[in-house]
Amino acid sequence: MYPELGQMSLILALLLAVLLALVPMAGAVTGRPALQAFARPLAAGVFVFIALAFVLLVHAFVTDDFSVSYVAQNSNRALPWYYKASAAWGGHEGSLLLWVLILAGWMLAVARFSRGLPLAMVARVLSILGLVAVGFLLFTLMTSNPFDRALPQVPTDGADLNPLLQDIGLILHPPMLYMGYVGFSVAFAFALSALISGRLDAAWARWSRPWTTVAWVFLSIGIALGSWWAYYELGWGGWWFWDPVENASLLPWLAGTALMHSLAATEKRGVFKSWTVLLAIVAFSLSLLGTFMVRSGVLTSVHAFASDPERGRFLLGLLALTVLGSLALYAARAPVVKATSGYTGLSREIFLLANNVLLVAATALVAVGTLYPLVLDYLGLGKVSVGEPFFNTTFTPLALATGLLMGAGMFSHWKRTDGGWLARQLLWPLAISLLSAAAVSVGAGGFRPWVFAGVVVAAWIVVAIVRDLWHRSASRRGRLHGLRRVGRSYWGMVLGHLGVAVTMLGVTIVTGFGEARDVRMAPGDAVALSGYSLRFGEVVTAAGPNYDADRATVTITRAGSDAVVAVLHPEKRRYRAGGQLLTEAAMDAGPFRDLFVALAEPLGNGAWAVRIQFKPLVRWVWLGAVLMALGGLLAVSDRRYRVAMPTAERAYEPPVSAPRVSNNQGAS
Amino acid sequence: MHALRKKRLSVVLFLLAGVALAVALTAYALRQNINLFYDPSQIAAGEAPVGARIRAGGMVESGSVVRDPDSLTVRFRVTDFQATVPVEYTGILPDLFAEGQGVVALGRLAPDGRFVADEVLAKHDEKYMPPEVAGALKSPSAQREGKE
Repeated sequence: MYPELGQMSLILALLLAVLLALVPMAGAVTGRPALQAFARPLAAGVFVFIALAFVLLVHAFVTDDFSVSYVAQNSNRALPWYYKASAAWGGHEGSLLLWVLILAGWMLAVARFSRGLPLAMVARVLSILGLVAVGFLLFTLMTSNPFDRALPQVPTDGADLNPLLQDIGLILHPPMLYMGYVGFSVAFAFALSALISGRLDAAWARWSRPWTTVAWVFLSIGIALGSWWAYYELGWGGWWFWDPVENASLLPWLAGTALMHSLAATEKRGVFKSWTVLLAIVAFSLSLLGTFMVRSGVLTSVHAFASDPERGRFLLGLLALTVLGSLALYAARAPVVKATSGYTGLSREIFLLANNVLLVAATALVAVGTLYPLVLDYLGLGKVSVGEPFFNTTFTPLALATGLLMGAGMFSHWKRTDGGWLARQLLWPLAISLLSAAAVSVGAGGFRPWVFAGVVVAAWIVVAIVRDLWHRSASRRGRLHGLRRVGRSYWGMVLGHLGVAVTMLGVTIVTGFGEARDVRMAPGDAVALSGYSLRFGEVVTAAGPNYDADRATVTITRAGSDAVVAVLHPEKRRYRAGGQLLTEAAMDAGPFRDLFVALAEPLGNGAWAVRIQFKPLVRWVWLGAVLMALGGLLAVSDRRYRVAMPTAERAYEPPVSAPRVSNNQGAS
Repeated sequence: MHALRKKRLSVVLFLLAGVALAVALTAYALRQNINLFYDPSQIAAGEAPVGARIRAGGMVESGSVVRDPDSLTVRFRVTDFQATVPVEYTGILPDLFAEGQGVVALGRLAPDGRFVADEVLAKHDEKYMPPEVAGALKSPSAQREGKE
């Protein structure tokens, strides 16, 4: 009975979403507050019923209701309860339900945290979100209903959750990623709403900023979690593969990063308005594109659950409707919107613009590399794949250029910056970053252009941050007072940019100095790797809750000494329900290096193929993402977002031209 | 008006520079990094270029996997049930690699007709088959039917 209840509450949610898409919008167009006032209760209603459906789906999983075919395909009695619960989003149907649940969550949040906004704006925004919800609820109900029953032959046990997904990283990764993907729908709704009203003023940018930043924070965390999971579970120590599905998440992230920065310029200076709106549309469209690529089965990936052409067509239709509809609206309304203030050559505006050009170029590159094979295949021009080197050669220079620009941009002022002054500010960062890269080169015993460039840019950013912070915290009442006076959004920018530097350094070092070897090891064999010695012990069998494993013991010592650094137990698991094999790698993790051992396959006579890896600074890749996310949260917690607007729709007033006065210049 | 024009010019120049850079890099990199897919029949018919990095895929023929006892070298044959290609690979095979399963191998075709792979991808789970492999297996065999 519960699954039917879930189905019914999904249908109810759909009906409420249809009302939400129509009624408040009609109220906003005709100027009737009575109709506009329906927006908040309807949004809450949609959320309640989708949440109820989701809870019922989780309930079906936890109680092993295998009469529901989705449960039977993705769960198993032997699963621990937390994997049963998370299996609810381990397959296509459930993850789609999670998608709409999160959309409804964002709707609820907009309804709740929009007290300072004019009612007509709230009505329009929630109506647009309601329209998106209608599309995805229809998709869920028509093509991917998680509550479908497999009657009358109810299987006695489920087929099991894919062992790769039985992992903490995969409990958290999809919700985080979806929070980001779907979160951009809020910025999108704000942009469309502003277009419809024709009032693209600074107030609009100010309202959009915290929502965009929060979505971006979740997306950053989601991507980092996915990368971390791939590293220890799937990828044999690789942390980024330029896999189309990874790219699908990177695309909205890049566009969202550009959007955050251009929103800053729009809010502070009233410039780039049309561009910002376009970016908001692009960021959400890319989120939808990501959903399409991952969920339609066009891709070769662990994420592509099932290839059902009907689903692909439906999603493609949704995507086309969204993109064409919003672009048509943009084309019709965007020229209405004009910039209100000027800027010159070296202003912060120009730096932010350059940042946007680079980020959008990077987005385009990744999109080309990802979509090119799909388009070619669709046109029947052959099956190709675009290799990792394509992304590495094209993305790296753009990332480095963005980093260089970031260091310089932090010193720049709104409106205009004196070129000579800027050059003097940048002298120290330049000298120190060149010196540190030279030091790394000497330490590594050779000049390598990419390592050198990566270290230069990372150090450049860090020194620029420290120097800018030093300037800004200057105060007659002491350094500490000055530091305290610096606003949270500035700290947010500092942390965010620091995160970029940390990730860059991690990527540079682990790519430049990492070492990986595939070796044949019999018990008693020892192999040297990057100053360590790894000794292979006996392989024993061990049993887990729902799998059997071959378990090796690898003892790691420093080369030429007997002091044990770590004892690792990599496993090869065979899951009982489905018979799938899974390599459970073991690693000795540290802040400066990981040692990574994975059992590949038995070669007979007790010998195994083993992959051993030395991964310097690999943790920094994700640490940087965490810092970026913290930076975003700090920026959002800034006071000014919590202060209610005096008059909510007040027109944009250009600030008095004293650019260094405000603390709130954080571009992140 | 002059300042506005100057601003517009700078914006346009920025955009042009970015686009030009992106296009140049993309064209350069794409040209070098596209790997074409060939199925065993095409390779047997001599359609695949020798020495270029390509992808080949099909089913691992049952009973064809031979391991070198002293190294990590593996030899197996990939078939689309019309032609087969001998593949040689040194390294670690994915967990899902097995006889009778679909694989895609990246590597180069040697002059003697062997395919020397530097990367082997296997299908990810029971429900999933790489689209190229599914396409390469034009005639669905009883063996595959039995698996489902």
